[in-house]
Amino acid sequence: MNPPSNRTALTVGFALLPIIVSLVITAVLVLAVGSNPIDVLVAVAEGAFRNSNSFAGVVNFWIPLALCSIGLIVTFTAGLWNIGVEGQMIVGAVFASWAALFVDLPAPLLIPLEIVLAMIGGGLWAALVGFLKTRLGVHEIFGGVALNALANVWSIYLISGPWAPPTGGTAQATAPFKDSALLPPLSSEFPVSLLALILVAAALVIVTFALRGTRWGLQLKATGKNSKSALLLGVPTLQSAMTAFIVCGMLAGIGGAYRVLFTYASLRPLASGGIGFLALLVVLLVGLRPMFAVMIAFTFAVILGGSTRLKVALQLDQSLAGVLQGFIVLLVLLSNGLRQRFMPAAVEPPTPITATVEVQRIQPPV
Amino acid sequence: MDIELKHIHKRFGAVHANNDISLKVSAGHIVAVLGENGAGKSTLMKILSGYQPADSGEIWLDGKSAGSYRTPQGAISAGIGMLQQDPLDIPAFTVLENFVYGQNTGFLFSPRKWRERLKSISARLGFELDSDQPIAHLSIGQRQQLEIVRLLSMGVRTLILDEPTTGISAEQKLVLFKALRELAMHDHMSILLVSHKLEDVIALCDSVVVLRGGQLVGKLQMPATTDELVRLMFGQELAPHAHECLINPKIAINLDNVTLKGKRVTVENFSMKIRSCEVIGLAGLEESGQDLILRACVGLIKATRGQITVNSSDMTGKSYRDFLAGNVAFGAAGRLEEGLIAGLTLTEHIALTTENKTLVDWARATLVTDHKIKQYNVRGRPDSPIETLSGGNQQRLLMALMPDNPVLMALEQPTRGLDVDSARWIWQQLLERRAHGTAILFSSPDLDELVTYSDRIFVAYAGRIVEIPDATQTNIDELGRLIGGNFEKESAL
Repeated sequence: MNPPSNRTALTVGFALLPIIVSLVITAVLVLAVGSNPIDVLVAVAEGAFRNSNSFAGVVNFWIPLALCSIGLIVTFTAGLWNIGVEGQMIVGAVFASWAALFVDLPAPLLIPLEIVLAMIGGGLWAALVGFLKTRLGVHEIFGGVALNALANVWSIYLISGPWAPPTGGTAQATAPFKDSALLPPLSSEFPVSLLALILVAAALVIVTFALRGTRWGLQLKATGKNSKSALLLGVPTLQSAMTAFIVCGMLAGIGGAYRVLFTYASLRPLASGGIGFLALLVVLLVGLRPMFAVMIAFTFAVILGGSTRLKVALQLDQSLAGVLQGFIVLLVLLSNGLRQRFMPAAVEPPTPITATVEVQRIQPPV
Repeated sequence: MDIELKHIHKRFGAVHANNDISLKVSAGHIVAVLGENGAGKSTLMKILSGYQPADSGEIWLDGKSAGSYRTPQGAISAGIGMLQQDPLDIPAFTVLENFVYGQNTGFLFSPRKWRERLKSISARLGFELDSDQPIAHLSIGQRQQLEIVRLLSMGVRTLILDEPTTGISAEQKLVLFKALRELAMHDHMSILLVSHKLEDVIALCDSVVVLRGGQLVGKLQMPATTDELVRLMFGQELAPHAHECLINPKIAINLDNVTLKGKRVTVENFSMKIRSCEVIGLAGLEESGQDLILRACVGLIKATRGQITVNSSDMTGKSYRDFLAGNVAFGAAGRLEEGLIAGLTLTEHIALTTENKTLVDWARATLVTDHKIKQYNVRGRPDSPIETLSGGNQQRLLMALMPDNPVLMALEQPTRGLDVDSARWIWQQLLERRAHGTAILFSSPDLDELVTYSDRIFVAYAGRIVEIPDATQTNIDELGRLIGGNFEKESAL
């Protein structure tokens, strides 16, 4: 069929197409409200890149997004829709906040503890989704949505109740964390956590390798493509599903922790900020390749981070970025359909929504 | 409807699947399309029914060029409908809902009108279809009948049937053949039958065409004998299989007084001992209980009562993976649904079953795959996705994935959809393993296969099981009677 280079070009093309078309549509909308799309573009670019501080804002948005995207590639490989990734971020944030608020240790000990706790929290929350799915037959989308809501309510309860700041509990945030609990920035000009960057790089390398080179990765793939056959070939499909959830949850947990330990410096309601959902979109866009996911995540971070400048520069609402994002969602789905038509059997988009891990034992054919 | 195919070519990469095929079928004729696996039958039928376009060539219908339809809908509106081997229906729908989907019901759907229509077409063909039954409650035979009725209702004038007698009862086969003759004779429909079952071809068809290696190599007017057909298909006659009993006192698996509950049938207090080197056949119509027994022997169904022992260790209540670890192998009937994984390459399949370390050694897995491809004569490359292989080659790979010397091989319809040659090859492999001590338990809808290869046969009917202790002393007629539930003569023996 096509030589590999041609195929790669097509893959990249189909990934970029929805973004470009969405930009065009958004440009038309901008014209309709009487502004110049070029000005908007300049404002967004300024918002993202005008100085090292604004660029740091983009990177800080990108870090948790990249972590969640890498995690979701694991669950998508296993044929699972881990929509509970938001909740897993929140629980990771809550676990890390507990250490930040109540554990008195020097920073070199406290920070690793916070990260490990975040991984445990996110992993546990994801394991719950997995348990509901593999043992009780609750579809992971329903379980995930329910647990997202629970995680959110739980964090709000903590903020307004037991963890409320001593003066004037407004349910806005806990008391600011002490300095030793916060991830140190690289510099005041470029406030980004080096540790977090290292964690993203490590996650990228480990997940890429684990999916390609390990038996676990192969078993995940087999489970995702056909869990019945995988089971008959001797793959422990339930364990595959469970471990995929836990790995994703741990990465999402770190993402959540980053939000509270760096971006906010306190626990806030909905600490995840929709980043988990955005990560789902990123993975839908690129299929199952971690490197691409990280790159697309960065593009999103630029657009969303840069759009904060719109209000200042053009008196346009920041939600224009949301509009753009909405169009991208629609057009990604459209483009996936086109990709299937023009690149049959090519690198597949993530498993469709019907993919499930068999919960029941296999019955004889009816 | 007169059909004429002119110089049809179709290539898949290096494979010339259809090489300059020209073929005429006149209205009112039933024509069999024969050939071994990979001969190009399916490709040709898919072209005719719009599932894939030809690279070049023309299709003429009733003396007019059909142009180029590229979809099954296009073919259906041109008057050509295909009945797939596995009916393409929607299990969650009722018979009526399946009947109307794809048909132009108009904006306001009138169930009464369509129910009448379903009723009148099926009554004419002698089909019994309850319009409100969910599809999940129907047998394969009934689902097939429904699909025929649906295609007829959509105005199809040519019917293509792919292995229609696989998995249906002898009685349903009679009904089907009667209906097909009626459609050919009175409605002047042309009917194309793709089948490996030569006795069906002899019973039904007016003529046969034979494909080999992508080319049309022969035409024959019926009546003809099986031998003549085989000679045309393979260029040689096949020697009959000589039955050979191996005696080995070791018990491979023992089912002691087990009760197995299925969805619609329960096997109660069933006992069966299979010795090493034995070949045991399981006969019965769909859902008669034989599938329950077979799957209970590999832990896919748990016995609600009784005990299962494999190689003298107690396996009662153990999971499939425990059975697998106990060196028991299982092969399901639906290869791509249960057994192989579409989207994975041959090497990935081999790695799944052979690589036990945390890190997969892909170089070694590719080497093993290369070796197995040669050993099992699979037509495919290590990096071919499994779904690109033909049915026969998939079955060969499935065989390659099984352990070399299992205690027991439990196989559902091991030669389903395979031509005579491939089926023989599979049995050669199985008998070779048996010679090394493996016990073989298999189910099959093919009575000939059961009688030919089994040492003993268990016949299931509505959960009741009867044993034929010496398969060499039975014949197809007796077996057919038992499958139909007529046990009286047997108990008198």
